[in-house]
Amino acid sequence: FVFYELVIVPKYFLIAIFGSTNKEYGAMKLTLYSFCGGMFVFAGILVAYVTAGSLDLDQLAQFQFSSQLQSWAFPVLFVGFAVLAGIWPLHTWAPTGHAAAPTAGSMLLAGIVMKLGSYAGLRVAMNLFPQGFQEWSKWMALLAVIGIVYAAAVALRQRDLKFVIGYSSVSHMGFVLLGLAAGNMLGVSGAVLQMFSHGVIAALLFAVAGRMIYRRTHTRDLDALAGMNLSRALPFAAFTFVIASAASMGIPGFSGFAAEITILIGTWKTYPLAVWITGAGVVLVAAFTLRALKQSFFGEAGPGVLMQEGQAVVDPDWNEKRHITAAEKIGACLLMFTTLAVGLYPKLLLDRIMPAVEAMRFLHTIAR
Amino acid sequence: MSYLEFLKLVSPEAIVVITALAVLVIGLTSARTAAVCSAVAALGLVIAVGAVLMLPRHAALFGGMLVIAPLTSLFKIICMALAFFTIILTTSGRTRPHAGEYLAIVLLATVGLMLLVGSEELLMIFIGLELLGLSLYVMAAFDKTDVRSAEAGLKYFLFGSTSSAFSLFGISLVYGMSGTTGLAAISAKLATATVQPLLAVGIVMTLVGFAFKIAAAPFHLWAPDAYQGAPIPSAAFIASGSKVASFVVLGKIVLVGFAPFNGSAAWHAMVAGWSPVLAVLAALSILVGNFVALAQSNVRRLLAYSAVAHAGYTLVGLVAGGRDGFSAALFYTTVYAVTLIGAFGVVAFVRSETGGDDFTNFAGLASRSPMLAGCMAIFMLSLAGIPPLAGFFGKFYLFSVALRADANQGLLWLVLVALFGSLISLYYYLIVLKAIFVDEPLEAGADHLSPITNHVLQKFTVSLLAGAILFLGLMPDMLAARILAALS
Repeated sequence: FVFYELVIVPKYFLIAIFGSTNKEYGAMKLTLYSFCGGMFVFAGILVAYVTAGSLDLDQLAQFQFSSQLQSWAFPVLFVGFAVLAGIWPLHTWAPTGHAAAPTAGSMLLAGIVMKLGSYAGLRVAMNLFPQGFQEWSKWMALLAVIGIVYAAAVALRQRDLKFVIGYSSVSHMGFVLLGLAAGNMLGVSGAVLQMFSHGVIAALLFAVAGRMIYRRTHTRDLDALAGMNLSRALPFAAFTFVIASAASMGIPGFSGFAAEITILIGTWKTYPLAVWITGAGVVLVAAFTLRALKQSFFGEAGPGVLMQEGQAVVDPDWNEKRHITAAEKIGACLLMFTTLAVGLYPKLLLDRIMPAVEAMRFLHTIAR
Repeated sequence: MSYLEFLKLVSPEAIVVITALAVLVIGLTSARTAAVCSAVAALGLVIAVGAVLMLPRHAALFGGMLVIAPLTSLFKIICMALAFFTIILTTSGRTRPHAGEYLAIVLLATVGLMLLVGSEELLMIFIGLELLGLSLYVMAAFDKTDVRSAEAGLKYFLFGSTSSAFSLFGISLVYGMSGTTGLAAISAKLATATVQPLLAVGIVMTLVGFAFKIAAAPFHLWAPDAYQGAPIPSAAFIASGSKVASFVVLGKIVLVGFAPFNGSAAWHAMVAGWSPVLAVLAALSILVGNFVALAQSNVRRLLAYSAVAHAGYTLVGLVAGGRDGFSAALFYTTVYAVTLIGAFGVVAFVRSETGGDDFTNFAGLASRSPMLAGCMAIFMLSLAGIPPLAGFFGKFYLFSVALRADANQGLLWLVLVALFGSLISLYYYLIVLKAIFVDEPLEAGADHLSPITNHVLQKFTVSLLAGAILFLGLMPDMLAARILAALS
């Protein structure tokens, strides 16, 4: 818990000092939401500590909490963690915060910090209160599915590229929560895999949007970007973004597909209706991703944009290098390689994930 | 017992009184003696701390009027340390006229603190309360050039004397009902009695005086003006020393003196007694303090309202009762006192450099003195309850004790109110830090952005206090275990 809370305040300063769009509002909103979640978690931990008399996670997992306690303590604890994971409807800090944060901040935020919430939800909330989890899992699944579809639909209407990516993060985290709600080996393992995979993909998306595009063109507005024909000006960035979009959409061969399919198979066993609705969500995800891709990189050069040798001039005022720097290329390549590797050979990670999930006792106590 | 033995037992208080008189005399000798007076005062406090360490472990005089126990010795040392830091604070800023008198009054207030802490008898408690109170009223009104200081002093005095009058009346009622004034004796006599209406009135009236001292709502209305208008060292002392001693005394009174009537504040099983009264005070303080602090634009006023809220949190520990509750409350209030002195130290710097202490005056502090900005960050975040700072562990102890106090987590409602309050408080503490780190200062002239280089001693003190908070956060047991041991 100590380290969970430690994360909150540096995020505030990162965003408020180094951020961009609406940074102060975004920073404060993010911090307050995270701290609110933290307070819920604190309440849950206190109750667990006081009842069981120990703070050790193993001992707590073995302690038999009364099911009455579990039925109210579990939602409190889980919702507290899930706020950080972007559960609907407490997700609104995520797009604002991501858009306001500097690039590195967004990459960390979406890539890692959101996973803290779901990881803690799995390791603490679900492990300690299995009966509570069983009672509430259909609500978890409901909220997760709503999150997937709602966030994807909203992303379709966004004008700022970073907002699109922020909402896509919420949607992907919805997948994670759905996998956790399924409550069986496949679902939970898929959720953990998706945590990893989305971390990589989100980092990649933000890297392109923030560093490669924003630093050079000083705008993230999709309509403005559409006029710039960036695929000619920044070919490497376009290539990266295509790969990232494909991974985000869940195209086979990338890690997103491996994770999502595992989650969906696991969920099919427990909540088949959720799988149908998520299918619709996946279509929406593809829609908004392709829209963002087309508008940001493959639009036709509009009038009023300076042309030079047939390519739009990027950064008219700034001193950024015209071509993507080697450092950016290396970073992007590392991320792309990772998502490809896990996508083509998910056993790489699943071999480690599945035994660990198996070891979690709570799966034995609930028969799914 | 012989007079010499008696003198040995009261040696700390005696030393501080002698130092106060000495400082008074030195202050009269020549004009620019502020530094000498401060040095003498500080030296006197250090000697007194040494005297406390040489006291025997246990002693009791005159039916509890003066009690020497590990708890009282520990808190006498803490109060003197807080006075020591306050004296260092007086040396910053512009040189004050009448420095000798000011320091003498600070030292006399410290004597009041020590008498409060060391007593388990109602009359002596009242004397200590009055000595402390009168000294603080004068300290609050000390700045004759500032009308707000006079306002602060007057409001504090009017409120304070009324509350002390209530307390005295309540004490007399309790004496009437029980026939003694020693706390342990009262509890023994009252153990067999039922709660008669007059006794209930007496208990509540006694509590009123202490609720005023700790700035619990709805007895907190003096706090914003006193914290904002009084000279900074006075405000720092009010915020720290007087709070710590008041909580020690309040705890002793309710947990020892009124022990038979503690009642219960559990949600579904409320029983009449002082416990529900304190629980209501706590909840009200937390809510009022946090909500009103949201609207503040002056840092000192904000600290005052946050003081109200923190009094609420500490009261939760007292409501929980027992050894654990008392020690959690004392740990929290000690941590809080250290934090507030440090925060006021930073405010003193900002005030002397920019002439005010609104948010706009704090803007740009990060670039002028990163060290001070960092220290302020530590203080604000500790108050908000962010780990791994001491404030978080204080809250953790308080809340876990409160939940453990009742078999069915009956105090959960109080803990939830407190958690809600903590959530709100993060906002206004972050606003202060935002002003320091993020906002651009209004005047962008180069000379206003000069780094703060002088007043090395104060800077060292502030950073020492920040380090203490950090240290206590990483190893809270150092203090918490000591307090718990002192209580057993």
